[in-house]
Amino acid sequence: MADVELKNFNLNFGPQHPAAHGVLRLITELDGEIVERLDPHIGLLHRGTEKLIEYKTYLQAVPYFDRLDYVAPMNQEHAFALAVEKLLGCEVPVRGQYIRVLYAEIGRIANHLLNLTTHALDVGAMTPILWGFEEREKLMVFYERACGARLHAAYFRPGGVHQDLPPELLEDIFTWTDTFPEILADMETMLIGNRIFKQRNADIGVVTADEAFDLGFSGPPLRASGIAWDLRKSQPYDGYEKFDFDIPIGKHGDCYDRFILRLEEIRQSLKIMKQAINEMPAGPVASLDRKIVPPSRGEMKRSMEALIHHFKLYTEGYKVPEGETYVAVEAPKGEFGVYVVADGTNKPYRCKIRAPGFPHLAAMDFMCRGHMLADIPAILGSLDIVFGEIDR
Amino acid sequence: MDGALHELGEHIATSLPDAVTGFEVRLGELTVAAHAGHIVRLLKFLRDNTASRCQQLIDVCGADYPNRPLRFDVVYHLLSLTHNHRVRVKVQTDEDTPVPSVIEVYGAATWFERECWDLYGVMFNGHPDLRRILTDYGFQGFPLRKDFPLTGYVEVRYSEEQKRVVYEPVSLMQEFRDFDFMSPWEGARYILPGDGKAAGEGGKQG
Repeated sequence: MADVELKNFNLNFGPQHPAAHGVLRLITELDGEIVERLDPHIGLLHRGTEKLIEYKTYLQAVPYFDRLDYVAPMNQEHAFALAVEKLLGCEVPVRGQYIRVLYAEIGRIANHLLNLTTHALDVGAMTPILWGFEEREKLMVFYERACGARLHAAYFRPGGVHQDLPPELLEDIFTWTDTFPEILADMETMLIGNRIFKQRNADIGVVTADEAFDLGFSGPPLRASGIAWDLRKSQPYDGYEKFDFDIPIGKHGDCYDRFILRLEEIRQSLKIMKQAINEMPAGPVASLDRKIVPPSRGEMKRSMEALIHHFKLYTEGYKVPEGETYVAVEAPKGEFGVYVVADGTNKPYRCKIRAPGFPHLAAMDFMCRGHMLADIPAILGSLDIVFGEIDR
Repeated sequence: MDGALHELGEHIATSLPDAVTGFEVRLGELTVAAHAGHIVRLLKFLRDNTASRCQQLIDVCGADYPNRPLRFDVVYHLLSLTHNHRVRVKVQTDEDTPVPSVIEVYGAATWFERECWDLYGVMFNGHPDLRRILTDYGFQGFPLRKDFPLTGYVEVRYSEEQKRVVYEPVSLMQEFRDFDFMSPWEGARYILPGDGKAAGEGGKQG
């Protein structure tokens, strides 16, 4: 019996697995139940977004951003719109900025609801996802009422937003921000004190602040390691400096902290949404520069000039002056950045999409080593991985 | 903001004169151009120097300019949380010259460099695991190069006879329609066919 050769066990997790949050293939090398090494194979959802964008005009590139992180589509468009506006030197009217902030926060809540509930599902709690998705569905309806699409919004466009909001919508959103905290509190009482939930998450996948820097973390995983860093505060865009909100941070950098932190971020987002609704001024929602933003349909039917602008913008698009810029927004998952190189034509020369999930997933190997096999879904869930943005 | 970035650029350029070839502040962003061979030293300096303190490597990406002798740019985006500024570092390389890997300085570079290799074919010296990352298993070519066609070379389908997925050359019902929207009066940098007058007078300006 003494000379039995022991071999590490290799396990292929995914590409189709409910806990993989998409098409992730994890090659795990196990010693018993302990993870020795982990090799994520990504790219199964690679669609060549960056290449496609190089062949599209700036406006045509916007819908590709919905398809990156399809859980919170508008936050991605936000980064691209800001980048193009920066290159064009275009100002967004205040109402447009407020609508963007409002919808970016709706996106954040929609994202966190999905993440928190599926994370809970991964570690064995079935109920939150049923409660959470009901609320998420309401948010999807708010999306639909603003732009006509539940997911692929194409609503934030360079220059502002596509259309103004219908009048009752703001009231309905405000009512929702009053009713939602109750459901959130229910979810919280069910989960965060739960013994099983704590056992599955506390002290799992600990990342210290220095490690988080080295691994390129951003967003909730970085803040859970104790760094108060939020681009909405530190490099405010679209008037975030006018809003009063706090940045929650964690202490231990484990899965449990990341979970609690997102829960608190939802509360802060609700606070921002209320302020945005209360203080939303009247006025145009997109830049009035007709060389960038097309005129309204009605105007187009009456004015020859508007018709020409409309035709030119939807065929040729606008030319963006030569230059390059990197613009980042605080997407729900972390720093979502767009690096655009413009060459003076109507198409981007290069558009690099910096997805927050990419470095987070790259850190999986580091975070999982020495943990049990059953901890992999918990860690994966706490990192908030969506393959649309990682594979691009 | 621009003044501070300009100062920082000057500081970097004077501290490492052999590594840095120039810097520029445009649109409120600092871009440092550097020699590819010195990138590790430069990034280490940017990370550890008190004036820059860039704790995080945000992104590494490639860009392709086929008309240049050194056709690729490798662009590093750094972020300092202490000073709240960003620094962009650019180095140039070609298909054959590897760029030193910066994994020892920033662990986050591992996947970013793999991605850059995968999409552009830029080699990184000293990278422990330079495999393809985003493209298919067994993929040929580097898709984000400008000379790689948008449609690619192969397409996949499930073959009912062979009971597996097969790769076949791309066949399109219709050519990819790439419209030329550049106006001959503004923007276009080529001479229109048959526009003889333009050639003599230098023609249209870009």
